[in-house]
Amino acid sequence: MGLHTLTIARAAQMLKSGQITSVELTKAVLERIEAVEGRVKAFITTCPEKALKMAHEADRKIANGDSGPLTGIPLAVKDLFCTRDLPTTCSSRILEGFVPPYDALVVEKIVEAGAVIVGKTNMDEFAMGSTTEHSAFFPTKNPWDLSRVPGGSSGGSAAAVAADMCLGALGTDTGGSIRQPASHCSVVGLKPTYGRVSRYGMVAFASSLDQAGPLTKTVEDAAILLQAIAGHDKRDSTCINEPVPDYTAFLAGDIKGLKIGLPKEFFDIEGVDPEVAMAVEKAIETIKSLGAKTVEVELPRLRHAIAAYYIIAPAEASSNLARYDGVRYGLSSREGSSLLELFCNSRSAGFGPEVQRRILIGTYALSAGYYEAYFGKAGQVRTLLVEDFANAFSKCDVLASPVAPTPAFALNEKVDNPLTMYLADIFTIAANLAGICGISVPCGFGKGGLPIGLQIMGGHFAEPSILKVAHAFEQNSDFSGRRPKL
Amino acid sequence: MKISKQEIENVARLARLNLAEQDGEKFARQLSEVLDYVDILSSVDTKGVEPTSHAIPVCNVFREDMVQPSLLPEEAVKAAPEKEDNQFIVPKVI
Repeated sequence: MGLHTLTIARAAQMLKSGQITSVELTKAVLERIEAVEGRVKAFITTCPEKALKMAHEADRKIANGDSGPLTGIPLAVKDLFCTRDLPTTCSSRILEGFVPPYDALVVEKIVEAGAVIVGKTNMDEFAMGSTTEHSAFFPTKNPWDLSRVPGGSSGGSAAAVAADMCLGALGTDTGGSIRQPASHCSVVGLKPTYGRVSRYGMVAFASSLDQAGPLTKTVEDAAILLQAIAGHDKRDSTCINEPVPDYTAFLAGDIKGLKIGLPKEFFDIEGVDPEVAMAVEKAIETIKSLGAKTVEVELPRLRHAIAAYYIIAPAEASSNLARYDGVRYGLSSREGSSLLELFCNSRSAGFGPEVQRRILIGTYALSAGYYEAYFGKAGQVRTLLVEDFANAFSKCDVLASPVAPTPAFALNEKVDNPLTMYLADIFTIAANLAGICGISVPCGFGKGGLPIGLQIMGGHFAEPSILKVAHAFEQNSDFSGRRPKL
Repeated sequence: MKISKQEIENVARLARLNLAEQDGEKFARQLSEVLDYVDILSSVDTKGVEPTSHAIPVCNVFREDMVQPSLLPEEAVKAAPEKEDNQFIVPKVI
């Protein structure tokens, strides 16, 4: 077993005790990237020289006794977080070659903590998609089956973790973009409560839904990485000033008497693959056998969540993406003679079809005469959904459900059928609309060896509860330790 | 709801996008499908319901109006496609 297979927690112990150095660990990860990246295609940019420099720096810190849980740990970062002096493309032609002049807050935090950045991971363009096929550059492959998608939009991050090309990664989740690829690649993915982690320096997709979070090999690692990035930041006015608990402290201890809510509507959804349903049912049985109780709850407005989401997210996106105008950075098409031509030509050349589609939906939903009927109505339905979740959480501590209705799609299966792709988000998008937290933890494999994930959702700032339940399940099942053969 | 090619072209103009001939029809069809689907929202009774723009109530965050370090002009224009004297160059506006 090479060092690249280590978890963050184990590697940190070995680094601290002097058994290994960060340079050795980083070299092992870089060699792994060299060996398998050609098949997986998880990275848009790798930065081996920068990584080794950071590893040397981390080793100096460790030698001085000045180290923390992330010091010297090789991590990957979704290409949607601004990284100073390192290209940040958002997998879009419009940002090809763009080098930000500053770091995103989460990048700043992991760098301060001494982590080693090995590269920037592939994604659906501007995080719009759930397959990573909407990357303007190339699709990423699922390490468990190279003919399938890794999920998305943080598919590069999930695939990189699953293929041991980093010890953990940062992703973002606007409608399931951390949890769904984590489920498809058999890694752990956590979407924090809205406002738990600063969005400063994160390229905006839908500002009221976007959150950054960790993708890792274990629940404990997710707690460690979340610890490093959570907290108040005055540069993001929606970042909530709420104390950050010690997340790893909640992992120990049992879940006896904890109430697991099973939303009736989630289990009535048509089109759920029987293997997924069975794996999730078995996982819930395991959790019950550990002393937790289950209780049926209702989310009556859940069936309207996708419709509300596919108005709100594109509307916010159409406004956020107005900044790409070919003037200040990014692709600029200068053959026209007017300012209007500069805008239109640059945007049309720079945005891919899915991004253009969402800008059109959003612009339509916000345009005069339609605003109330679409955007206004979707916001009202969102209020009702928030109420539904509040009612549900008055009867239970956490909710359990599948993460995705099926295991990973085949490549090219859904690429030109936007509506069916949107409908597959049913289990994840409600958490973003309601601002609550959720975690995906591996809970099985289907017949073709394709991974299946279990979702545990908690109310606002209930990260300790979801980590605790996910950890208890992980410790009493043997799915997290498995790795794809590459 | 059927979106015509002309409507999609109008929306594209508002969004500052040029649509290729074949894209206009395809986008009109796909947008119509999405709008048909989201029409289920009209069946929800939302009388008197305040819309939610953020799931967690956040209010304005204020700070003192103090001079603080920020990007230098040369850093701010570094990625510009065309620039001169730390300013962005655009086609003639008036």
